Amino acid sequence: MLKYIGTRFALMLPALFGVAVLTFVMLRILPGDVVAARMLAETGQAPPALVAQERERLGLNKPLPAQFLDWMVGMVKGDFGVSMWTNRPISEEIGIRLGLSLQVAVMATLIAVLVAIPLGTLSALFRNSLLDYFVRLITIAGLAVPSFWLGMLMILGLLTLFRWSPPVTYTPFLTDPVGNMAQLIWPALAVGYRYAAVVARMVRSSVIEVLREDYIRTARAKGVFERLVISRHALRNALLPAITVIGLEFAFLIGGLVVTEQVFNLNGIGRLFVEAVARHDFTMIQALVMLTAVLFAIANLAVDICYGIFDPRLRTK
Amino acid sequence: MSAALAQSAPAMAPEQASLLSVEGLCVEFATSRGTLRAVDGVSWSIRPGEILALVGESGCGKSVSALAIMRLLAKPAGRVAGGRIMFEGRDLLALPEGDMREIRGRDIAMIFQEPMTSLNPVLTIGLQIMEPLTIHLGMSEEQARARAVELLGLVGIPDAERRLEQYPHQFSGGMRQRVMIAIGLACNPKLIIADEPTTALDVTIQAQILELMKDLASRLNIALVVITHNLGIVARYADRVAVMYAGRKVEEAEAGALFAAPRHPYSAGLLASVPRLDQPRAARLETIEGLPPNLLHPPTGCRFAPRCPHRAAVCDTDPVPVERDGRYVACHRAEEIAHQAAAPIPPAAPVAGDAPALLTVRGLKKHFRVSTGAMGTQHATIRAVEDVSFTVPKGQTLGIVGESGCGKTTVGRTILRLEEATDGVIDFDGTNITHASRVEMKALRRRIQVIFQDPFSSLNPRMTIGGIIQEALLVHKRVPKAKAARERTAELLVRVGLFAEMAERYPHQLSGGQRQRVGIARALAMEPDFIVCDEPVSALDVSIQGQIINLLDALQRDLGLTYLFIAHDLAVVRHISHRIVVMYLGRVMEMADRDALYASPLHPYTKALLDAAPIPDPVVERARAPRALTGEIPSPLAPPSGCVFHTRCPMASAECRAEVPALREVRPGQFAACIKVSG
Repeated sequence: MLKYIGTRFALMLPALFGVAVLTFVMLRILPGDVVAARMLAETGQAPPALVAQERERLGLNKPLPAQFLDWMVGMVKGDFGVSMWTNRPISEEIGIRLGLSLQVAVMATLIAVLVAIPLGTLSALFRNSLLDYFVRLITIAGLAVPSFWLGMLMILGLLTLFRWSPPVTYTPFLTDPVGNMAQLIWPALAVGYRYAAVVARMVRSSVIEVLREDYIRTARAKGVFERLVISRHALRNALLPAITVIGLEFAFLIGGLVVTEQVFNLNGIGRLFVEAVARHDFTMIQALVMLTAVLFAIANLAVDICYGIFDPRLRTK
Repeated sequence: MSAALAQSAPAMAPEQASLLSVEGLCVEFATSRGTLRAVDGVSWSIRPGEILALVGESGCGKSVSALAIMRLLAKPAGRVAGGRIMFEGRDLLALPEGDMREIRGRDIAMIFQEPMTSLNPVLTIGLQIMEPLTIHLGMSEEQARARAVELLGLVGIPDAERRLEQYPHQFSGGMRQRVMIAIGLACNPKLIIADEPTTALDVTIQAQILELMKDLASRLNIALVVITHNLGIVARYADRVAVMYAGRKVEEAEAGALFAAPRHPYSAGLLASVPRLDQPRAARLETIEGLPPNLLHPPTGCRFAPRCPHRAAVCDTDPVPVERDGRYVACHRAEEIAHQAAAPIPPAAPVAGDAPALLTVRGLKKHFRVSTGAMGTQHATIRAVEDVSFTVPKGQTLGIVGESGCGKTTVGRTILRLEEATDGVIDFDGTNITHASRVEMKALRRRIQVIFQDPFSSLNPRMTIGGIIQEALLVHKRVPKAKAARERTAELLVRVGLFAEMAERYPHQLSGGQRQRVGIARALAMEPDFIVCDEPVSALDVSIQGQIINLLDALQRDLGLTYLFIAHDLAVVRHISHRIVVMYLGRVMEMADRDALYASPLHPYTKALLDAAPIPDPVVERARAPRALTGEIPSPLAPPSGCVFHTRCPMASAECRAEVPALREVRPGQFAACIKVSG
C-alpha cells in the first residue's frame, strides 16, 4: 500500500513541473505589463524611465530562464515572492483567503456527500418509482441552475422573508463560530446543491450498474440481508466512481468559485484570481495556478488512495 | 448392458418424500415486445441426496427455473405466473421474504456459471465464505473462520489460512469455482443448485470440479441439481435427467435409461450432438438443425416439431405427456421412435494424402514484457509462444489445442500479424510474411481471414448484418458498387445457412450460432485462402457447435479453404482437423495426424485432455478410472523448469524437472516432447 501511494506521489511531481513551465511561458507570451498598468492606475501616467526602473526592481528585465529559475528556487524554499501589484508577500495574500475558500469547499463537500450518497442510492434501489423521479428531477435542476443565481435567490429570499442578510465580513470559525457559519453556510448550500446533484446522479447510475452484477446475485443467494447486500456488497463497489467526482469537484471549488464569491461578497481565492488576471500580476497568477494545480494533484492522490483502500485489485498490481 | 445399469440404479420411489418438488411452474418476463413465458408448466422433483441434471439449450428455461426456486428472478421484469415450489412441505413461492432469505444459503445453496464475476471483487474470500455462517448459524467470527478453513480444505484449496485473506482476483477460475462451492457448502445445505458450474472452465479443471461436486454431494448427502447444455458432462454423475426444451420439460428419466435409449427426439438429438471420442469419427457431426423457437410467439403444438426429424401431422397438437416406468416423455411418436434405430452416419474417410504447404511456421516465438514493479520498473517476460513449428497443407485443417494460457491464440494472432513475432519465420504461400510491411500485408489480409471466438462482442452492435459484411467488401474493393455489394452479401448469407433478408437485422436480434455464421460470412466475403478460426464454437451450445463445424467443413470442401482451427478441447477439433498440435504453456507437447493422435496419443498431457472429455454414456463413463490430472495450470509468468507439464504429470520424475524435452519424432509423423514415451 505504501509503495502504491509512493508511486502515485512520484507521478504527481512531473505533472506539476509541466504546469509550472506552461504557466510561466503563457504568462510571458500574453500582452500587457503589470508595471505600466499599476502606474496608470495609481498616477494616471507611466513614463518609460520610471517603468524601466520599476521593472528592474521587480527582476522583470532578467532573461526568462533566470526568472524561471528564481521562481522555482523560491517555491522550493516556500517563498512565492511578492505580489507585483500590492507588494505584499503572496503567501500572505493567499493565506488570508485560503481559509475561507477551504471552509466553503469542505462544507459544500459535506453537504453534497451527506445528501447525494443516500439520495442516489435510494433512487437506484427504487428505480422508476415516484421517489426516483423526484430525485432525478431535482438533480437535473441542480445541474441546470447556476450556483451564483441560486445564491442571489437565497440572499433575496432571506431579505424579503426574514428581513435579514448574511454578514459580509469574514470571521474565522474559531473566533466566532455563529457569525462564521451565518456567512458561509449560504454559499456552501448554493454550491453544494449543484455538487450534490452531480454526485447523486453518479451514485445512482453506478448503484444501478452494480446491482446487476453477478456477485450481488451471489450475495442474495447466500441469504445475506438485503440491507447488507446494499451496504457491504453493492456500495463498496458503486462508490468508487463517485469518489473521483468528489475529489475533482473539491479541488475545483477552492479556486473556481469566481462568480459565487462575488455574489456573497466573499474575499476568496476565486476572486483573488480574477483580480490578479485583470492586473497582469504575473507572480500572483503563477502562484495561484500552481496552488490550484497542487490542489488538483492532491485531490487526485486522495482519490487514488481511496481506490487503493476500497479496491484490492489496484493494491497488488 | 444398459438394462443392467437401469436395474442396479435406485428405482423411482414415489413413497420416499421428495426434498424439493416443482409443480407446474410458469415464469413470465415482461419485455418491450410482449410477455415472454420462459418456463411453461414444468414439474420435477428431487429426493434427498439425489443428483438431478436439468438439460437443454440456451434459453430453454433451465436457469430461469433455478432462479425462480431461489426467488431471485430479475425484478420487476420476471415473475412466477403459476405453480408451486414445495420444499420440505412448504411452498417457497408463498413464504414471506424474510423466511425465504433464511432458506437461501442455509437450506438451498446455488453455484453460478461465471466464477470470474460471481464473487465480490472488493471483499476477501474469507469474508465471503464466512458471511452465510455468521448470518444463518449465528457463528462468532472465530468459529466462522475455523469453519471457513475447514471448507477450503474440503474443496481442495491448500494453504487455507492465508487464502482467506486474499481477494477473488488472486484466484484462478477453477479456484474461484471451488470457493463458490465452499460458500455453497458452508451451512450444510440440503440442496445445491449448480447452474452450468463448469462451462466457463478449462476441460481438465471441469473434470476436477465435477468430480469434487459429485464426491461432496454423496459424502454429505446433499441433493444436487446440475444445470447444463451438455449431456456429456452429466453422464458420469446424474442419477436422473430432465430435458427441457423451449420452456417445457420434454423428457425425464433415470440417467441410465435415458442415455441408453432416449425417447424424445430432442433428447436423442442432444445426446448425438456431443462429439464422442470413444467412437470412430463420422463423416459429419450430428446436430439438431434449426433453432429453438422465439418464446414471445411459441409455435402451437409440439414446440420441437419444426426441428424434429420425426415430425408428422399429429405434431401440430400439444403432445400428451406419458409417464410410465419412471419415465416421462412428451412426444406423440415416442413409442414408434423408440423402436427405430437411427441410421448411424458412416465413418469418415481417412486423411487425404499430402498437399503442398500453404502456411509454414518455423521456430515461432512470441514473448511479452510485462511490468510488475510498483513504478513499472521491474519487468518479467511471458514466453507466450516458445519455439513452435508446423505446416498447414493447402486445403487442410491444422487444429491447435490447449487450455488457457497455452499460447494457442497468440500463435493465431502472430500469423495474422496482429502481434509481431519475437523470433521465427512465418511463411505464407512461399512468401516470408514475418516482417512484411503494411503495404505487403494489405494484400495478404484479404487472403488470410479470421473468425473470432465471441460472436457477441465481435460484431458491431450498431451496424446491420448487411452493413458488417458489405463494409469488408467495399473496403477491399471486392465489388465495384453498393448494389453489387448487397447482392454478394445476400449470396454469402445464404452460403452460410442464413436468409438473405437477415441483412437488415442487427446482431442482437440473432442467436449465438447465427452470429457465428455472420462471422464466417464476413471472413468469406474476402474470398480468402486461409482462415484462422479462433475458438469459433466454444461460446456455443453443444447442439449448435456441430452445425458450425459442419458448415466450416462443407466450405472447406467446396471452396478449397485452409484452416487453422484453435480450440481448448480435443473433442471439438477432432472432426475438422487433419493434423493436430497440442500446446501447453507456450510449447508444443505433441503433434500428429488426427487419427494417430486419437488412436494412440503419446504425450501424457494429450492423454489427460482425451481423458477429460466426457463420454455421454453412463456405462462407459462410470467404468472409467477417476481423472488422473490434478492441480492447476501454472502461471505463465513463472513456468515450471524443465518440462513445463511436470507439475501435473502423473509420470514426472527428477529428469523432467531438469531439462526441457525436445520435440522428437517418436513414430513416423507423430512428434512428442516427452522423455518418457517411446514408439
